[in-house]
Amino acid sequence: MRILEGQGVTKNFGGLAAVSNVDFHVDQGEIVGLIGPNGAGKTTLFNLISAALPFKSGEIRFKGKKLNNLKPHQICKMGVARTFQEIKVFANMPVFQNVIVGAFFGKPTRISGADAASEASQALEFVELSEMRAVPVKDLTLVNQKRVEVARALATKPELLLLDELMAGLNITEISEAMELVKRIRDKGITIFMVEHVMKAIMGICERIMVLHHGEKIAEGTPEEIAANKTVIEIYLGEEAHAGS
Amino acid sequence: MDITKSTPRKLLVPGLLLLILIALATLPLYGPLIGVQVYRLFLPTVCFMYIALAVSWAMFSGSTGYMSLAPAAFLGVGMYTMALLREVLPLGVIIIAAGLLSFLIALLVGLVTLRLKGIYFAIFTFGLVVLIGQLVLYYEIHVNAIRGRDIAPTSPENGYYIMLGIAVATLLTAYFIRRSRLGLAMQSIGGNEEAAAHMGINTTMVKVITFAISAIFMGAAGATLAARIVFVDPTMAFNLNYSFMPVLMAIFGGLGQLYGPVIGAPIFALLQYWLSANFARYYSLIFGIILIIAIVYMPGGLAGLLPKLRNRLEGVITKLWKGGKAEQRANT
Amino acid sequence: MIEQIPQILISGLLSGGILALIALGMNIQYGVGKVFNIAHGEFIMLGAFITYVLYTGAYGISPIITLAVSGPILFLLGFVLYRTLFTSLRTRAPTPAVFEGNSLLAAFGLIFVIQNIALLIWGGRTRLYLWLNSPVYFGGMVFRANRLVALGLAVAICVAFYIFMKRSRLGKAFRAAAQDPAAAGLMGINITLVLALCFGFGAMLAGFAGSLVSMYSSISEVMGLNFAIGAIVVMVLGGLGSIPGSFIGGFITGILGSLVSFYAAPLLAPAYYGLFLILLLVRPQGLLGKR
Repeated sequence: MRILEGQGVTKNFGGLAAVSNVDFHVDQGEIVGLIGPNGAGKTTLFNLISAALPFKSGEIRFKGKKLNNLKPHQICKMGVARTFQEIKVFANMPVFQNVIVGAFFGKPTRISGADAASEASQALEFVELSEMRAVPVKDLTLVNQKRVEVARALATKPELLLLDELMAGLNITEISEAMELVKRIRDKGITIFMVEHVMKAIMGICERIMVLHHGEKIAEGTPEEIAANKTVIEIYLGEEAHAGS
Repeated sequence: MDITKSTPRKLLVPGLLLLILIALATLPLYGPLIGVQVYRLFLPTVCFMYIALAVSWAMFSGSTGYMSLAPAAFLGVGMYTMALLREVLPLGVIIIAAGLLSFLIALLVGLVTLRLKGIYFAIFTFGLVVLIGQLVLYYEIHVNAIRGRDIAPTSPENGYYIMLGIAVATLLTAYFIRRSRLGLAMQSIGGNEEAAAHMGINTTMVKVITFAISAIFMGAAGATLAARIVFVDPTMAFNLNYSFMPVLMAIFGGLGQLYGPVIGAPIFALLQYWLSANFARYYSLIFGIILIIAIVYMPGGLAGLLPKLRNRLEGVITKLWKGGKAEQRANT
Repeated sequence: MIEQIPQILISGLLSGGILALIALGMNIQYGVGKVFNIAHGEFIMLGAFITYVLYTGAYGISPIITLAVSGPILFLLGFVLYRTLFTSLRTRAPTPAVFEGNSLLAAFGLIFVIQNIALLIWGGRTRLYLWLNSPVYFGGMVFRANRLVALGLAVAICVAFYIFMKRSRLGKAFRAAAQDPAAAGLMGINITLVLALCFGFGAMLAGFAGSLVSMYSSISEVMGLNFAIGAIVVMVLGGLGSIPGSFIGGFITGILGSLVSFYAAPLLAPAYYGLFLILLLVRPQGLLGKR
């Protein structure tokens, strides 16, 4: 079942097309990756899905319902949660409070304080951060702050989780742990759509990968297909050559 | 939940507060014994008013970071509600009506401005007091052909009790909101508004509701004040100073704790009272400088400094204690 | 009443030019320095009083010449204020949103500081001086010469500033700092200095505006607030931070103000707020602002 799909999605900033006529879909239970060089429009696409940015051209549907004119809090209550590229945690609040926000407000129905607390505890356990529950988030390391963001998103009991560059800034061990975490999230039944630059992670856990370049979708397929795709290689090699010169 | 505090300690703060409340509530009775004659009840009444203003300002602007400069507008609305309805309705009803009217105006202002970036809200509220003041002035002069209005006074005891009640109501509301879902939502908005929205919080409605609630107490306080100063005209009722003082009190007292504004309000209310006797031309200037210094150097206000002071004190005591123990061990 | 329309319109342009100058200064301070200076009106007031004192004083210096005094004095004041107060706030603020809020409150405090210092120095009576007060007639309309001169100077200053922003190195630095302070810093621009300079320039424009206003209007220590509110509406109409928007917004608001003043002068602030309200409901980014 297509849990998320978009058709002809376009977003312009002034004269620049950040996302240009993109069709995409994510099936339930999949882990789908979204890659592309910097500025390709990946985070913009996420921002359109989660309604952080408005758009007029094209359609995005979650479980068949149009997301076009909804607000972020409504989309969250429908079952879509996300993390952010520039970690948007509530820095001055302790870890537990960050996560319980998701538990309280992320669902369509009201839940009791006790239920919210237990769900928050479960989410913290799931990301293995329970001992830090009372620590103010601004005092945590980067990888733990990311964990908090994930726990907070999970506390909203999503069916679809958008991960925006979860692995950015992590070292090799942390990346492996993060990959494990993503797999465990999928095993819980949550569909995952992830933007990533870390190739090892993308190739290692995604079943399907989409490639954006200059706002357009230029390739789609399994990791093997993408790895062998000439256009994709050129783009990334070109980027490296550019970076090296 | 700090279960390490034993029951006696848990009751300490609420118990103390209750005692203070009882002492304040009965002041008019024993006041003359300690030199607080009835005619001197005005100053405490004004203190309570400023507590209500400062706490209700902090209720919204303190946690969300959206700077409201509107308290003067709502206070003025309250004052004029009393002026217009004094002969028509019972005192208590007018005060409630003033609160409701302020609530409605704040609701409108909030619905228009709080969907947008914070700066729009701030600059809209900045001129609100001038806007409403000029509207009232125009209406009074051109439609009613009067400039100011007399108000039948209420007794000093009445004013004192009512204002005390309003201050207490403000504090209770602030306290319960803080501990509620609404308070958590506001803190999240203050932490990162975009993330808060993505976690399911309807940020606009949360802001609007809280802002509107905070206005209730400002309007009620204004109505009560009017009944004690018995004369209002648009220029003195709608005065930017009434937006300045609560901001100064709340920031100096500290926004992180509920008791911050409660400390800040009496300090500056009393200072203003004493300075206006001899240094009337200077105190506003001094207060402005204090506000600026407080914004730059005292991000947590007085309430923020207290934990630091306590920590320092504990650190010193621990060092002395450990030093003493080490000496003991060395001597055995 | 129809015959009055041209007079009203031109009168609106006259005040619009001054409003544009005021909004220009505030837009630079907000767009580049990221400080919404609600104390701008007080800078205007200071400029007005400087000109008043110099003209009515022993030497009777022409108000036009006093621009050369009020401008630099206000520039210095703005520069020092930013370099000390707002730079402190900027470095201590954990996020830009916090800086915006704190700097707004600090500016609020400045209103009371500056206004009361002025009251202490000059005493609080409304003042007026007469200069070039003779009427000028053309096309069935009549205007005071001082208002025409004030408008001419306002436009000249605006044009000069516009050219400065487009052509000069400092102007380009301002625009770079407005777009991306971090990147501008990396390009070798001394951000702290540039931001303080631009705030000083904004204050200088306010000083000019005040001097110009004093040429045709009475002044008082409490005159600043109304100017600040009018300028806010101009800024929202033109687009917050937009320099071209200051011009368009200024003239439109000026004409609106002139119309309202003709029919019901005390309702000026409510009229401004009516426009404000409509803008916030329909097009908050204004005419030239970004969404």
